[in-house]
Amino acid sequence: MRPQEAVERALSLSRADDCVVIADEASTANLRWAGNTLTTNGVTRSSRLTVIALRNTADGVAAGVVSRSAVGADGIEELVRAAEADAAGNEAAEDARPLVAEGPPSGAAGWDDEPAETGIGVFEGFAPALGEAFAAAQADDRRLYGFANHVLTSTFLGSSAGLRLRHDQPTGLLELNAKGAGGSAWAGVGTRDFTDVDVAGLTGGLARRLEWGERRVDLPAGRYETILPPSAVADLMIYLYWSAGAQDAQDGRTVFSAPGGGTRVGERLSDLPITLSSDPAAPGMQCAPFVIAHASSRESSVFDNGLPLAATDWIREGTLASLAQTRHSAERTGLPLTPAVDNLAMRGPDGGASLEEMVARTERGLLLTCLWYIREVDTQSLLLTGLTRDGVYLVEDGEVVGAVNNFRFNESPVDLLSRIAEVGETGPTLPREWSDYFTRTAMPAIRVPDFHMSTVSQAT
Amino acid sequence: MHDIDPAFTALPLRALADAALSRARELGAQHADFRLERIRSQTLRLHDAALETALDADDVGLSVRVVKDGTWGFAAGIDLTPEGAARVAERAVEVAAVARAVNREPIELAPEPVHGERTWVSAYETDPFEVPTADKVALLAGWSRLLLGDDRVDHVDATLLQVKENKFFADLAGTVTTQQRVRLHPVVNAVGISGGLFDTMRTLAPPAGYGWEWLSGEHWDWDGELARIPELLAEKLAAPSVEPGVYDVVVDPSNLWLTIHESVGHATELDRALGYEAAYAGTSFATPDKLGTLQYGSKVMNITGDRTAEHGLATIGYDDEGVQAQSFDIVSEGLFTGYQTDRRIARLTGAERSNGCAFADSSSSMPIQRMANVSLRPAEGGPSTEELISGVERGIYILGDKSWSIDMQRHNFQFTGQRFFRIENGRLAGQLRDVAYQASTTDFWNSMEAVGGPQTYVLGGAFNCGKGQPGQVAPVSHGCPSALFRGVNILNALKEAGQ
Repeated sequence: MRPQEAVERALSLSRADDCVVIADEASTANLRWAGNTLTTNGVTRSSRLTVIALRNTADGVAAGVVSRSAVGADGIEELVRAAEADAAGNEAAEDARPLVAEGPPSGAAGWDDEPAETGIGVFEGFAPALGEAFAAAQADDRRLYGFANHVLTSTFLGSSAGLRLRHDQPTGLLELNAKGAGGSAWAGVGTRDFTDVDVAGLTGGLARRLEWGERRVDLPAGRYETILPPSAVADLMIYLYWSAGAQDAQDGRTVFSAPGGGTRVGERLSDLPITLSSDPAAPGMQCAPFVIAHASSRESSVFDNGLPLAATDWIREGTLASLAQTRHSAERTGLPLTPAVDNLAMRGPDGGASLEEMVARTERGLLLTCLWYIREVDTQSLLLTGLTRDGVYLVEDGEVVGAVNNFRFNESPVDLLSRIAEVGETGPTLPREWSDYFTRTAMPAIRVPDFHMSTVSQAT
Repeated sequence: MHDIDPAFTALPLRALADAALSRARELGAQHADFRLERIRSQTLRLHDAALETALDADDVGLSVRVVKDGTWGFAAGIDLTPEGAARVAERAVEVAAVARAVNREPIELAPEPVHGERTWVSAYETDPFEVPTADKVALLAGWSRLLLGDDRVDHVDATLLQVKENKFFADLAGTVTTQQRVRLHPVVNAVGISGGLFDTMRTLAPPAGYGWEWLSGEHWDWDGELARIPELLAEKLAAPSVEPGVYDVVVDPSNLWLTIHESVGHATELDRALGYEAAYAGTSFATPDKLGTLQYGSKVMNITGDRTAEHGLATIGYDDEGVQAQSFDIVSEGLFTGYQTDRRIARLTGAERSNGCAFADSSSSMPIQRMANVSLRPAEGGPSTEELISGVERGIYILGDKSWSIDMQRHNFQFTGQRFFRIENGRLAGQLRDVAYQASTTDFWNSMEAVGGPQTYVLGGAFNCGKGQPGQVAPVSHGCPSALFRGVNILNALKEAGQ
């Protein structure tokens, strides 16, 4: 059964007061390698049907949400009844709001078309290039490790309020890790279809970094002038973004809570004109232009399904401008409705320098490659810990002079905003730590005069 | 023992397996295995006693893994017909053909006896999916209201994750297993706001391979635990910030399980030690040349890997390669003596047999080497937690997990917790705030002076341990007693933040 038909069938079978149905059709293809050889691979297909049954009660509206994979035509009624049974047993939901009647105009396009699909063929041009990279690495006594993944999800959203919205989301990533005499180096890119992935360019960059690493320098823990490249900045800003829920801030339990009550929206976080934003139409980072919520949480609401999304500044010119909202939390906080969007970009003043230019004007400092195992230590300050990984380099008089030991850092991305000394040019990047969940980012490199390297890590 | 869920056995398991395996054989696969899995899950989340999330999910699908021309091929699908299963087998063989061009290392598997047809069900009394959702919500809401009724508590989050997992496995060799297990994870988290500060205090009850009885009070003292939370939370908010430095620490099982998980469990996965996780989760300092020679910890450190422990989250009858579950040594009297393996990794090192650590988190995931229940053995006749504390002049008693991070070779770690009590002259002397402990793995374990007796032992664990690319999550338990460590580096989290 086609997903569009499944949505219509579920809606027509519904006996609830209102109903939302989401059908997701997904296909994936992946290659994984280690030590210049393939280790695992695979292709998958899946389908999921989520029924959100809504029941009017004396106190409001109760929701029942049931999600099942591989539902055939004869299983839809049982799924609908299961959602209705859950709705019958549940109390009125706090986040209940009238169903969205109109999504973005572009959201309905292609409703009747077949779901998009990927397969092992997406690597048609990439796999031979990878094979050549393995051979070259082997010849140069280097080892390549990494992962290429492509996911294509077609989502069909229908509701008893008349919504019919569709979104096709391609999500691809490549991670390349090289090891050799110069230690370890990493590069990663996000992609929509792998046609834009330059394997030779990436491995060339890794070889250069391994050359840098042939001279080793031991440094103690401490605060160092540090250039964080775009991938590292992405990982820190994503955590900040995930912590920017309006409801929790209003409840007084996040770094964005004002000490006397309310939120910190409107407060200046950086003296530099830094802007952190999301835009569903951002070129190369396109994502769903409407809310798709399979379950309610603090930052999303099943009642908001289909709500149009727009370009949103979270931090504008250094000032906290918005927090992630549902309609429910927007009413509670009295702030504009700004739901979360599935991409993130950071920009500084115009004319930001390239990473190479930033290195060239560094008297003495550290250049990182990426961050790893980032976890929250303290919620109130959003203190995060984590480690440097796959290349920390010492820069002296504008030149990389060798590779430094790894460090554990303890830093808050919110506090960092107030200490950034320079923001480079923004470009697409892949967050190393969070690429499982978040790939669509564009970030600059940043210079921090006193990045806190808390302890030394022996890892090489 | 419960019967296997009839909704699962009603699926055409054998017919689908036969269709897939015979097609794989026709296409020249040297090895083929078939899995059909159904995973039911329910997530309930309440905020301030009001239901926020109630999500029921039911995932079913099948997959085929082959070795063709020395190369893996894996495919997964959702068409539960013999024709659909055969097509998935064809796709797995196609993937192997594409991958063959970039594979430089032939895939071989360690031998495993053919087990014939086996059925296994985990130990539990009440299937949580037979309990009405309204009853579950009522229980969680009642707990939440109890806490909210205390003016020292400003907010309460209550979460309950529940999973029922059915797996059917068949391979070309003739092993056919049908298995079922149940697990759940309840968490209640209280938030307090006072004097410009906010903080949280969470229940210490671990996730467990029990049924609904885990919440009945029979196996865990929920009433006692919840009753203590407001006082603990208020005391934590008013507690002094820790002075960083070197302290002796007594670590409660509610915290130590996670340190074991990160610094021993992951470090002794042989696939990592050989570099197969290098690009993602990293490798391990515990390389094969150190096996049998590395003094991992002090003489009181004895660690086992065990996939047979009753109520363990990684407990199973047969793993996802048809290998029978086993128990094995990892660290013996402080000496590094064993790894966790799957069939492919075992073969690479010449081992005669895998110790049964292959796991896939769903039908659409390829099995990879995952953690057994990795546990620290208590000392027979050993001390109580109070006796361990009594041997500390100036130190900290740490309970509950919170933040954790370790480097990609498992050397440098930093952990926080839920509750930190100052120890002065062998007695607890009130809570401390902002404590994090930081160490290098072997330094830390070699500083372990004593482990508690069996009366201090608790089986902790995690529902969602991440590994692999594409990422997979695995449930795993870690049992441990309380333990005493000398001379541990304590950081002050606030000072680390420059505040």
